[in-house]
Amino acid sequence: MEEVNVTVKINGKERSAKVEPRMLLTHFIRDGLSLTGTHIGCDTSQCGSCSVMVDGHVVKSCTLLAVQVDGSEIITVEGLGTVENLHPMQKAFWEEHGLQCGYCTPGVMMAAIGLLQENPEPSDEEIREGLEGVICRCTGYQFIVSAVKHAAKLMAAENQVVGEGR
Amino acid sequence: MANKVGARIKRKEDPRLLTGNGYFSDDIQLPGMLHAAILRSPHAHAMIKSINVEKALEAPGVVAIYTGKDLEGKIGRIPSSWLIPGSNLKEAPQYPLAIDRVRYVGDGVVLVIAEDRYGVRDVLDLIEVDYELLPVSVRQKEAMQGNAPLVHDDIENNIAFHWKAGEVPDEEIENAEVVVRESFNVQRVAPSPIETRAAIGQYNPGNGELTLWCTSQNPHIHRMVLSEVLNISEAKLRVIAPDIGGGFGGKIGVYPDEALIGYAARDLKQPVKWIEERNEHFSAANHGRDEIIDVELAGTRDGKLTAIRVKNTANMGAYLSTFGPGVPTIDFGLMITGAYDIPKAACETFGVYTNTTPTDAYRGAGKPESTYQIERMIDLFAREIGMDPVEFRRKNFAKKEDFPYTNAQGLVYDSGDYEKPLNKALEILDYKKLRAEQEALRKEGKLIGIGFSTYVELCGFGPSAVAGAIGFQGGVWENATIRVHPSGKVTVFSGTSPHGQGHNTTFSQVVSDKLGIPLEDIEFVFSDTKAVSMGWGTYGSRSVAVGGGAISIAADRIIEKAKKIAAHELETSVEDIDFEDGVFKISGVPGMERKFVDIAKSANYAWNLPEGVEPALEAQAFFDPENFVYPFGTHIVVAEVDKDTGQIELKRYVAVDDVGRVINPLTSEGQVHGGIAQGVGQAMWEGIVYSDQGQLLSGSFMDYTMPKARFFPTIETAFTETLSPVNQLGAKGIGETGTTASIAAVMNAVVDALQPYGVTDVEMPLTPEKIWNIIQTGGENNDTI
Repeated sequence: MEEVNVTVKINGKERSAKVEPRMLLTHFIRDGLSLTGTHIGCDTSQCGSCSVMVDGHVVKSCTLLAVQVDGSEIITVEGLGTVENLHPMQKAFWEEHGLQCGYCTPGVMMAAIGLLQENPEPSDEEIREGLEGVICRCTGYQFIVSAVKHAAKLMAAENQVVGEGR
Repeated sequence: MANKVGARIKRKEDPRLLTGNGYFSDDIQLPGMLHAAILRSPHAHAMIKSINVEKALEAPGVVAIYTGKDLEGKIGRIPSSWLIPGSNLKEAPQYPLAIDRVRYVGDGVVLVIAEDRYGVRDVLDLIEVDYELLPVSVRQKEAMQGNAPLVHDDIENNIAFHWKAGEVPDEEIENAEVVVRESFNVQRVAPSPIETRAAIGQYNPGNGELTLWCTSQNPHIHRMVLSEVLNISEAKLRVIAPDIGGGFGGKIGVYPDEALIGYAARDLKQPVKWIEERNEHFSAANHGRDEIIDVELAGTRDGKLTAIRVKNTANMGAYLSTFGPGVPTIDFGLMITGAYDIPKAACETFGVYTNTTPTDAYRGAGKPESTYQIERMIDLFAREIGMDPVEFRRKNFAKKEDFPYTNAQGLVYDSGDYEKPLNKALEILDYKKLRAEQEALRKEGKLIGIGFSTYVELCGFGPSAVAGAIGFQGGVWENATIRVHPSGKVTVFSGTSPHGQGHNTTFSQVVSDKLGIPLEDIEFVFSDTKAVSMGWGTYGSRSVAVGGGAISIAADRIIEKAKKIAAHELETSVEDIDFEDGVFKISGVPGMERKFVDIAKSANYAWNLPEGVEPALEAQAFFDPENFVYPFGTHIVVAEVDKDTGQIELKRYVAVDDVGRVINPLTSEGQVHGGIAQGVGQAMWEGIVYSDQGQLLSGSFMDYTMPKARFFPTIETAFTETLSPVNQLGAKGIGETGTTASIAAVMNAVVDALQPYGVTDVEMPLTPEKIWNIIQTGGENNDTI
């Protein structure tokens, strides 16, 4: 299959790679650009583990082809914060125990950022509804809800949506 | 410094996982790595007449194609590892790929290795398999009938095993004042970790070492079993479980797939990666439960239980998987009396082969099922004699003063006080007020129910001699090594294998308290058979109770040796040395002390050691506990049924658990929440569905209802602490309590809500359609939908 060149600005850096036109965005990010924080969980766009931000919108990267995002700006979990300088969402998930195995977590945090962009002060019920697109098998969601609520406060205080990247 | 145990400490593992620095199987990239895909059977039962791979071999990038026949004599059978004694167990041979006959949808048929991940999938489409369809057996009770199609020709009536335990209480039941009978279908569910299974093999022809990274909850068990299957010395087989994205029992089993990848990597002398797809996970990874449980419970009219007789007919699928046979027998059958003092009990279990995916342990493994049947029966009995379900429970509990308590099946419960969590839960709920409210709401036509589950579960496997006696093909002790570096920082090697539970944090708390060093000075190594000498992994809520016990003993050995060195340096006798908060001192002599870090250096430099003391500060412990541990508790659910739609809303969920010593309340609550979500998931939404032809109808998250955030109320949790006497920490297991307790609590609540219709039982899952039908027919259809 003839390969085509795809160029994106990902986590603040311009990156290019040659890909088969059928390659999913999620594989492009993981295998093509070696950013393995974004995970694949279901192959059918139900679980949301592969959620990333494309041009300011949260999308499931298994529903897009890499060629569709040529020229776009993408933020993945690696672009939120670092171990030394966690993004408020990451900090909130840590403080509230919003993860167990951590596999779905990058996608859940992305979905939560998308939720807070639309509704910066959500109620518990709104958070639970806002997480409709993600599945976490470990936590029972309660501490994820606490984490998102806590993140809303931290992000409002820091007036921050997404991080500097690395 | 001290008292880290019991503190609400956030997890050490999180910053890595939160920043995309986790290292999961699919993140592994090796030079020259090939990709594997497995062509699986689309039929539940068929003869393989021919396999044509000619076109596939010509496809670009294809490196190798293997059929079952190609592998005959090259890879051994995939064995079951729990061969229940006294049950006439017939283990059907399972080969890594089907040879002449497929027995379930998802059975592996052809292994393809190609250069790239997409290309290898293309090749699957080019393989032609000519099948001749055979009649199928799908449901276990039908499969046992004399005329049912046989899954394995030489296994009569498809019965894999017939097991009995306990003295059959026929007389007590026939002569009882009250007998309640019910049949429960604990439907098949899928563990469904969000990370599917994976295996990556790498062979080094130079030294003959095969490294296999795989999604395992117990890498040492994988090493033990696969070394035999692949005919390779354990010393040459290194199994590593990297970060694992959830297990829930689904990653205990040793599967054909891992053996195939190990074989291919060695055969091709190139790294091979296999990442399971989600639909593949639904068809080929072990399912859980699928048991039909018939129960008779006898007692007196004033509410004292006298006998229980249970028959479990368990669907084992097409083959006996690693732990499969133990689940409906030992795990289930010895716990049928639950938290109650029922003098006579007997259980018989039929394990039945069918043309479905094999079943194995799923969170709780047998205990959610045993708790479900007894807790449902307790409610039915209480209702039959007109007694409040709480009063009835109290009257029949094993009493606090009787611990250690021996149940009718001979298990000795280590410690317990069943009224304690019950009372606390009632207090949180304000039970009396709630019953009054329920009465009032019923008069308004609302359907509100209150459901209880007062459970006890067997976990923390356990004494190895018992494991041997019950046919478990391995030990269940645990191993820990503590290595103190010259800097005073330590590395701990544990034979447990975490996959989301937070071992690194909870175990660090234990070591920090013991050695008096900060949490950040403690690192852990798990899940690598080359780094950790031996261990039995993480399942059955055993990590803290058994693995934590080993760590605790190893820490004592470190202190014991360090005291000798400190005494020598301080020129006193060992008896005079006190160790507290990381400081060795001579009691009553100020200034005469050595810090832990000083002794670490002394021991490792070895310039001046006492006579007979070896250099270095390292200790290993192998802990084989004298008994299992038995956590218990009470969960209460308040549910409302919508009359118009059949929708159920959980209004409240109160969980009071007693897991002995709580090491970390934060992670413990997390474990309880997660466990509850899985039990509630089974009660309300989840279910693997097969057609009568054995077609898998629930093969993706589009048609298998995974619980989501909006499905749950806020769970109100609390703990009571009744320490276990069988390990140093006093800890019991926590990972499975939520699942074990919650199924019955939800079902009891919903049946209670439907009392106005005379409903006594509803089958799981509680789909709105099912409930709506019950309401529409005034309760007539309650048990048949």
